Amino acid sequence: MGDIERARSTAFVVVPPRKIWTKILGLVVIVLLLLLVRAFWVGDIAWKYVGDNIFAPSVLRGVVNAIIMTFCAMALGIVLGVMAAIMRMSDNPVLKNVSIGYVWLFRGTPALLQLLLWFNLALIFPTIGIPGLFSLKTVDVMTPFVAAFLGLGIQQGAYTAEVVRAGILSIDKGQAEAGLSIGMTPLRAMLRIILPQAMRVIVPPIGNETIGMVKLTSLASVIQFSELLRSVEDVYYVNSRVIELLIVAAIWYMVVVTVLSIGQIFIERHFSKGWGGHRPGQPAQRTLAEEAA
Amino acid sequence: MDALITAVGLQKYFGSFHVLQDIDFEIAKGEVVCIIGPSGSGKSTFLRCINQLESIDAGYVTIGGEIVGYRRDGNKLYPLSQREIARQRQSVGMVFQRFHLFPHKTVLQNIIEGPMGVQKRPRADCVEEAKALLKRVGLAHKADAYPGELSGGQQQRVAIARALAMKPKAMLFDEPTSALDPELVGEVLGVMKELAASGTTMIVVTHELGFCREVADRVLFMDAGRIVDCGTPAEILENPRNPRVKNFISAVL
Repeated sequence: MGDIERARSTAFVVVPPRKIWTKILGLVVIVLLLLLVRAFWVGDIAWKYVGDNIFAPSVLRGVVNAIIMTFCAMALGIVLGVMAAIMRMSDNPVLKNVSIGYVWLFRGTPALLQLLLWFNLALIFPTIGIPGLFSLKTVDVMTPFVAAFLGLGIQQGAYTAEVVRAGILSIDKGQAEAGLSIGMTPLRAMLRIILPQAMRVIVPPIGNETIGMVKLTSLASVIQFSELLRSVEDVYYVNSRVIELLIVAAIWYMVVVTVLSIGQIFIERHFSKGWGGHRPGQPAQRTLAEEAA
Repeated sequence: MDALITAVGLQKYFGSFHVLQDIDFEIAKGEVVCIIGPSGSGKSTFLRCINQLESIDAGYVTIGGEIVGYRRDGNKLYPLSQREIARQRQSVGMVFQRFHLFPHKTVLQNIIEGPMGVQKRPRADCVEEAKALLKRVGLAHKADAYPGELSGGQQQRVAIARALAMKPKAMLFDEPTSALDPELVGEVLGVMKELAASGTTMIVVTHELGFCREVADRVLFMDAGRIVDCGTPAEILENPRNPRVKNFISAVL
């Protein structure tokens, strides 16, 4: 005690911790990164080709096609996913089992395989249509775009169904009852009350899957859809600058994903309305009859 | 006395558990009935049957002479569609133990959701009425707040305003103060007393015996799925004739 009293007049000096290992580790990582950069620098990469091709019209067309396909396939996936989720929770056993079967089938097979199946549909169904009404040649209908759209969108719907179902299940049953009690039909309560709240839970994984979809569109290159990967492949088949062109594609995928990630922040902010400060208070404490007296 | 809501021979099972056993009930326009009784006695289930939040296994409920959940043609009953059930539900307002305000909507949006979205009345009218209702429950200044920013007592008062906005014929309260901190109970009971005084038909499931004594025209005591006793607050609360009621009251006091 006496020491501390005396020390007050001289004042303590705080010596910052030296954190010697933090510094060493940081240094090691920086050196490794520099070595990596050097490796690429001295490696046989003709950066000129990256620069020349990054804004090449065919590459840009590939970027645009990849973006269009991402949005189309996600849109189809979300529509199918919401429908499948609502069907899954329906009282109707047929709807329920159709939904379970859909998710089982399209989650159970690789996306690439599904793309190939759609693209080659003409092998088993030479024509499609409604008998007696109209009929079209399958090869004309099943263009690379349509095959990729169906293949990616339908398998995405199977994943989205589970995400949407989890979101709906996360909402208190009382919310639906409150909606019903002010005269809403069950469907209206679902659309006005449950889904908007479930979006808070649904949006982050959907954002994640949209970003996944950007990259999944590259699978469509195998069925001749001219998305980004296929566009750069077409270039390197001619000039043999494989790595350079793949770097071009990588840069564009990164750009698109980064923009989408920023967009996701704004969408999440929109759907977290009402959760700004704290969650709605629902005091656990029960006022029992003693207070009534 | 013309009954506004009646229940006749109501039976309800949860699996093999007989929650409601032969419930007969009626309430006249403007009457306030409090339902008391131990937990699990079927009080809340009975209330939820009136509003069709629970299905009924036998017997029936009428509101304003209309059988709920069915359309009657002679001696045949046809089940109503979801849309028609929704229309019937509009004739009774419900206040839940845990408020169940819509957390993604402001207080004002919570209140106009029913009249505007369901009853399709013009927005301006709905907003004006909602503001009047908020003033009535003492929350005029909270119109633009989100439920998450309100205390439990304030949320419950908004929930009452939301139910009233549908202009129901009767109000059902399912333990409206049981989820509240003790110091917030009074503000909600105050609003309910004002409603009762202004002639609102109310069925209140509650543990607040003081409220029953002050406001109720009749008190119903339920135990094990049956209405055990029924009478004026004085008959039930002051000198209960039924030994089970007597036990309950003395345990609570």
